[in-house]
Amino acid sequence: MRYHPLTSADREAMLAAIGFASFEDLFTEATGTPPLAGDLGLPPGKSEVEVERHLLRLAENNLSASRAPFFLGAGAYRHHIPASVDHLIQRSEFLTSYTPYQPEISQGTLQHLFEFQTQVALLTGMEIANASMYDGSTACAEAMLMAHRLTKRRKALLSGGLHPHYAKVAGTVARMAGDEIMLAPPDVTASEDLIGKIDDSLSCVIVQTPDFFGNLRDLSGIAEACRRHGALLVAVFTEAVSLGLVTPPGEMGADIVVGEGQSIGNALNFGGPYVGLFATREKYMRQMPGRLCGETQDLDGRRGFVLTLATREQHIRRDKATSNICTNSGLCALAFSIHLTLLGEIGLRKLARVNHANAVLLKERLAELDGVEILNKAFFNEFTLRLKGDAARIVEALARRGVLAGVPVSRLLPGAGLDDLLLVATTELNTDDDRTALVTGLREII
Amino acid sequence: MSTTYFTADHEFLKVEGDIAVVGITDYAQEQLGDIVFVELPSTGKAIEKGATLATVESVKAASEVYAPVSGEVVEVNAALEEAPGTVNADPQGAGWFVKLRLTNKEELASLLDACAYDAHLKTL
Amino acid sequence: MLDHVHEAQRPLAGGRALDLEEPLLFEIGRTEVSGVDLDEPAPHASQLGGLERKMPIGLPGLSEPETMRHFVRLSRLNYSIDAGLYPLGSCTMKHNPRLNEKMARLSGFADIHPLQPQSTVQGALELMRQLADWLLKLTNMEAIALSPKAGAHGESCGLMAIKAAIAAKGEGETRRTVLVPQSAHGTNPASAALLGFTAQPVPAGPDGILHFEDVEKLIGPHVAAIMLTNPNTCGLFERDAGRIAEAVHAAGGYFYCDGANFNALAGLTRPGDFGVDAMHLNLHKTFSTPHGGGGPGAGPVVLSRRLAPFAPAPALVQDGANLRLVEDGQGFGRMTAFHGQMGMFVRALAYMLAHGGDGLRQASSDAVLSANYLRAALSDLMTQPFGDRACMHEALFDEEWLSGTGVSTLDFAKALIDEGYHPMTIYFPLVAHGAMLIEPTESQPKAALDAFVATLRRLGARALAKEAAAFREAPLHAPRRRLDETQAARKPVLRWTHKAG
Repeated sequence: MRYHPLTSADREAMLAAIGFASFEDLFTEATGTPPLAGDLGLPPGKSEVEVERHLLRLAENNLSASRAPFFLGAGAYRHHIPASVDHLIQRSEFLTSYTPYQPEISQGTLQHLFEFQTQVALLTGMEIANASMYDGSTACAEAMLMAHRLTKRRKALLSGGLHPHYAKVAGTVARMAGDEIMLAPPDVTASEDLIGKIDDSLSCVIVQTPDFFGNLRDLSGIAEACRRHGALLVAVFTEAVSLGLVTPPGEMGADIVVGEGQSIGNALNFGGPYVGLFATREKYMRQMPGRLCGETQDLDGRRGFVLTLATREQHIRRDKATSNICTNSGLCALAFSIHLTLLGEIGLRKLARVNHANAVLLKERLAELDGVEILNKAFFNEFTLRLKGDAARIVEALARRGVLAGVPVSRLLPGAGLDDLLLVATTELNTDDDRTALVTGLREII
Repeated sequence: MSTTYFTADHEFLKVEGDIAVVGITDYAQEQLGDIVFVELPSTGKAIEKGATLATVESVKAASEVYAPVSGEVVEVNAALEEAPGTVNADPQGAGWFVKLRLTNKEELASLLDACAYDAHLKTL
Repeated sequence: MLDHVHEAQRPLAGGRALDLEEPLLFEIGRTEVSGVDLDEPAPHASQLGGLERKMPIGLPGLSEPETMRHFVRLSRLNYSIDAGLYPLGSCTMKHNPRLNEKMARLSGFADIHPLQPQSTVQGALELMRQLADWLLKLTNMEAIALSPKAGAHGESCGLMAIKAAIAAKGEGETRRTVLVPQSAHGTNPASAALLGFTAQPVPAGPDGILHFEDVEKLIGPHVAAIMLTNPNTCGLFERDAGRIAEAVHAAGGYFYCDGANFNALAGLTRPGDFGVDAMHLNLHKTFSTPHGGGGPGAGPVVLSRRLAPFAPAPALVQDGANLRLVEDGQGFGRMTAFHGQMGMFVRALAYMLAHGGDGLRQASSDAVLSANYLRAALSDLMTQPFGDRACMHEALFDEEWLSGTGVSTLDFAKALIDEGYHPMTIYFPLVAHGAMLIEPTESQPKAALDAFVATLRRLGARALAKEAAAFREAPLHAPRRRLDETQAARKPVLRWTHKAG
């Protein structure tokens, strides 16, 4: 087997050195039972060519975004990733290293994490950020738990504009821990009255902007109400590129900001791996989940970086840890950082502007169609259409014509009476031809 | 005139009237190593004997300090927030943790005096 | 440092030949520079509802060549599996085949959206089905939840399924204890606590493993589950796992197995055969998906027949000729957005296809053989907390042999850095005093194992010769000497800030 350096002669010599006649004997000595015989009904190994052939066949049975006009969002966005990003994250020293437990020989990963934490803090308008979470949805649930710890209350209010998967993940965690959740009904037009629901029993209010339906929301009034009642405002985003153009949650008074970082540097990957971003105020540092990298000095007085405040974490605090998280999304965070470094301030602002411009153009063209109503007033690169007809069926029909039209709301909110709603997202990758294909397709099907 | 008591878990209590200054002993700080953070209770909090009074953190460990006696927290050593190393430098002086107003002075009888604590240290 | 270098020969700018120092991005980047060329936005009337960003972000940018240089220089400050032996016990630093990277980047996998019509992603669903099939056959279990994002997330998943099963029997109020051995990964008690369980420690015997008689006493109607790692974190096989499982089952509880060490078992024994009800599989350990400096991982959870109905959403079902994801109303609910770490699924399946059933068995065998080879070669020098006995995929030593030398486990590990090795896992598991946990994996040639042994023996001899001062200085030749972790924790600096002047 090409991945195994030991030869039969090596194995025999090694067994002899430790005093066993066979591996079966060694295994039996170590476990008390002999190893299973047989192949467990699994096929024999394949050559590199055969593995490629097998997987290519599966890959070709998917309609990839590069082969179709593509308008899906709803928490995962297709943006262009510069070639240098993917090259750099495949450097052996990044790809095949472990969590930086030995800082003297892990300064590459550590300095990157320090830069990542700073980039995330800047982008969200917050004071500090951690070294990443699994994804946006789990970061959101962790933010809720952190708010519980900080306020010593156990009830969260979730906006009806929060991504339904995020709400479900938070709901699962809350139900399992015996905490309470108030989930507002789906709020397609960002018109819910959350402020009226805030009282002294809440640990936090969780609101997303741009929200699941694409609406931009001003969070300052909610932040003010939270402050009055001793609750924390958790702000969520799923499209990180939006932060290049819209007021960041930190400036609107959020206490914890969590979001999905996939859209900067990371491919769609059918839903994972992605990278959760987590930022907060400095005073809440010790209640944060996840790894933190901090600056310090070595014995010669040279600047260096280490993992710090580890006493919050599971490997030290065990059952009293702030979270059970261990593995994070290091390499996805690296891709995020490299892409954001390439963009820089002016690049990110321009990228965000192009996204918004393309969305405005698409909206104007769709608005001319009969049987299509656009429900958003303020949006970034995604909005909601009300169609004459069942959105899921229309999307299927368009897919058969080779157009990936968007996400039917019913896919995430089945049975909510929103079957006629379609989420449409557009990025810098959409061309005029793409827009024409969507508009023409919709006109003909509706 | 104050009297100092100790516990087998390496806390000290310097008692004057019904006020006890509580902290950890020199032996404890030595065992913990460089202390990086001390989490203290809020003033006014009533604490039962045996409940968590403070948490002491070194780089690689977090240890709970349990209340050796019951009492109300009347003052905490806020200076430790900025300078947790004081606990290492002067544990039984400037590195104290909290002042408790004792609610049950009889509990003092179960504690060690300096002589008994020294003897306890020799057994470790 | 560098005191053997004549002052006049000392490099002036901090770098040393190929050892290059690199400033922070924030010290070299400029907010007016970008490494990406973008078209101008089309003319449009902004529809941001007055929420346009007004303040600058302060994000520095770099041109493409500067970006390459910055991150290439950073990368060179890291040790890696590709560069050398990385014997971190419990972490499984095995070879990461590059074919897997290539496959995960196929447009048909990387460039598909999780919410595309399911008719357009049948290949992706088929890949998930095949991965599930392999994992179920290797473990002899009934059902699988693919969505957990990492090992600890998988622990949460398994315990949630257990909690849901207990609640379904109306025992939610009474079964609140999870038994966790003292040697367990920290994630185990943390996961249990997160779900409102009380983690009760279970002591191991003097031989480092659990004994049925000791565990039996702790089992009762209050016990929701026992969480065992097998082989355990001392690298020893829990022989009584089967009997313990039977007793826990008889008392109405469940057996969660931490599958972090499944790389010692794959193809050799099956968890389903020793009574496991739930177990996560770290695809980034056993199935070679890269660790990436700390992630991403993937932690699918296999479940027994008793727990299968409680598996989370989404579930994969066969629907006529097609595969379908059931995304709602499934088991205990949802743990994450979308369907799991697809990118890792591709890599793990590529690894399994390349190995085949017999190759996986060989990988586990070589991992166990290599660990025992190291153990035997070092057993006369270093001490083992539970005696010199056959281990599984990792060999555990303690600090006893260094007592009186003035050299600690930490010093010894740091000296290994100067010798060109990543140290073994140290101070874990907590049950061994000054633990050194060595896991070579199946990826090392015999010559590399022999060279590692020779290095450990040379260092050991130096320690026993009481040359402690040399150890305390180590490392001298790494990009950094020992870092002040106390200062980092006392005055945390978690981000760059612009310093005036």
